[in-house]
Amino acid sequence: MMKAKEEIVKVGLCAAALLSVAVLLIVVGYVFINGIGVISLDFLLESPYRFEYGGIFPQIIGSICLVAVCLIFAVPMGVASAIYLAEYASDNVITRTVRFFVECLAGIPSIVIGLFGLIFLVYYLDLGICLLSGGLALGFMILPWTVRASEEAIKTVPQAYREASLALGVSKWRTIRSVVLKSAYPGIITGILLGMGKAIGETAVVLLTAGSGLESFLPKSIFDPVASLPVYIYMMATQGHTSAAYSRTFGASLVLIMMFFVISIFALLLRNRYIRRMGRR
Amino acid sequence: MNLLERVRTCRFKRMDFGTAEKIVEKLLFIAALSSTLIVFFIIAFMFKEGIPALALGWDFFFGMIWRPSHNQYGIFPLVVCTFIVGIGALVLAAVIGIPAAIYLAEYSPAWLRNIIKPCVEMLVGIPSIVLGFFGLIVIVSYIRDSFGGYGECILAGWIILAIMTLPHVISISEDSIRAVPKEYKEGSLALGATQLQTIKKVILPNARSGILAAMVLGMGNAIGETMAVLMVIGNPEIPFIPSSILDPVRVLTSTIVIEIPYAVWGSLHQQALFALGVVLFIVVAILNLITTAVVRKGAMR
Repeated sequence: MMKAKEEIVKVGLCAAALLSVAVLLIVVGYVFINGIGVISLDFLLESPYRFEYGGIFPQIIGSICLVAVCLIFAVPMGVASAIYLAEYASDNVITRTVRFFVECLAGIPSIVIGLFGLIFLVYYLDLGICLLSGGLALGFMILPWTVRASEEAIKTVPQAYREASLALGVSKWRTIRSVVLKSAYPGIITGILLGMGKAIGETAVVLLTAGSGLESFLPKSIFDPVASLPVYIYMMATQGHTSAAYSRTFGASLVLIMMFFVISIFALLLRNRYIRRMGRR
Repeated sequence: MNLLERVRTCRFKRMDFGTAEKIVEKLLFIAALSSTLIVFFIIAFMFKEGIPALALGWDFFFGMIWRPSHNQYGIFPLVVCTFIVGIGALVLAAVIGIPAAIYLAEYSPAWLRNIIKPCVEMLVGIPSIVLGFFGLIVIVSYIRDSFGGYGECILAGWIILAIMTLPHVISISEDSIRAVPKEYKEGSLALGATQLQTIKKVILPNARSGILAAMVLGMGNAIGETMAVLMVIGNPEIPFIPSSILDPVRVLTSTIVIEIPYAVWGSLHQQALFALGVVLFIVVAILNLITTAVVRKGAMR
């Protein structure tokens, strides 16, 4: 009796765990089945016209540009902050404050970051709704993730490496550059890739700061408004009510998911390689 | 002479070395401060924009009617709906997520765990807009066909948000279950308790603070989530306090996204929307502080 009860509970728990896998498969499978039919070379390489026709070329390029601007801001900032926190700062009021604010920034809902981007970047700094505003706002969003991931990676570098380098008479900065960062880089890159994954799917921030999503042109400079896949999906799903609009939404969703998967797979592979290397030591 | 010069350049290089080091340290320090500055700027600008609406006081926080066309900005129904949607989603996520976490931590063979774990991690990353669209097409029409009504309702919001918070609940709960010292479990098993009894009486009580933290954090995520929710909850013209789970509702985040393109810049409407952002920010910040406190208390024990 007791045994049977144990078994039943075990099966129930297993079902709960498998349900979360099923949810993933259902969502991705559904988008895949409905989206694959739309995807063609024309769809990927044409511009949208008359709202629900044409392809999503500017949207794909726009998303890539936004993520690029975001990384150009967030990666140097994040890695530099992490180096300071992990290598230079002693545990004092300043570092604790900085850490606290990094945590705060991680907790701020993306829509609030979007509003801030709108008021600060678009209006106050007068950049307008453009690629630069959108990229920077996305950068604010993923900054805490790059800081955290880089700090973790830097902290896992064995202290002996640093000591050996310093004992050879190498300066501190040089040690960090050529010893610490060299062994921490896979961890840092994994963090950056995860940030990229977050940035590429983000809608609210981009919607408020970068453009309406239906632009049929490519940005010529960073001060041009830019289309992006998430905002395109949002517009199509909420304002297009024809089957043409819906099928394009599925197509764009599939492309977005694929971009995300490629990034995640890179992150996973890098992480595994990193773990293997750490294990070999 | 040659030697002398060489020594001199050598010393010069050395000094340069030290200055460069100091400059680098300063630069890194400035970078570290930047995230602090961004948070300060966010708080300052949000409050600056939101203050005129926040200054309405009682009428703003407890006003029952949000109707910008009549200059009425009462956020009470929005806040209530936000919590209804957030808490319901969390309950749903907990009902599935905690058992899943127990299974992963205690029962699952390694090979199965290696399949389930990456899938759960992938689930975090499905862009919220795609999930929202999936919800709109599949879940909303299912609810419309089987329960009637518009289909865009609280229930749909719960399901979609539960899917989004599920991975966080699973991974944090699993970590805290694993963090329970092995001796506790072995001690219990050695006393003749079954695995189920051990889980119920020993592991779960010890992992409680971690699981609680996961819940509060999930709540914060659910309340701050925008796009997925926006697409499935209906967003009625005039928000009201719902009487059934099939009623359409409007939450803080969706109101901001829907109305900001129409708000006249500098009007009370725009300021009220920023004030909504401030409210959202404060609610999520409080939830995050609770999480940190819970985690710290758990760690202290």
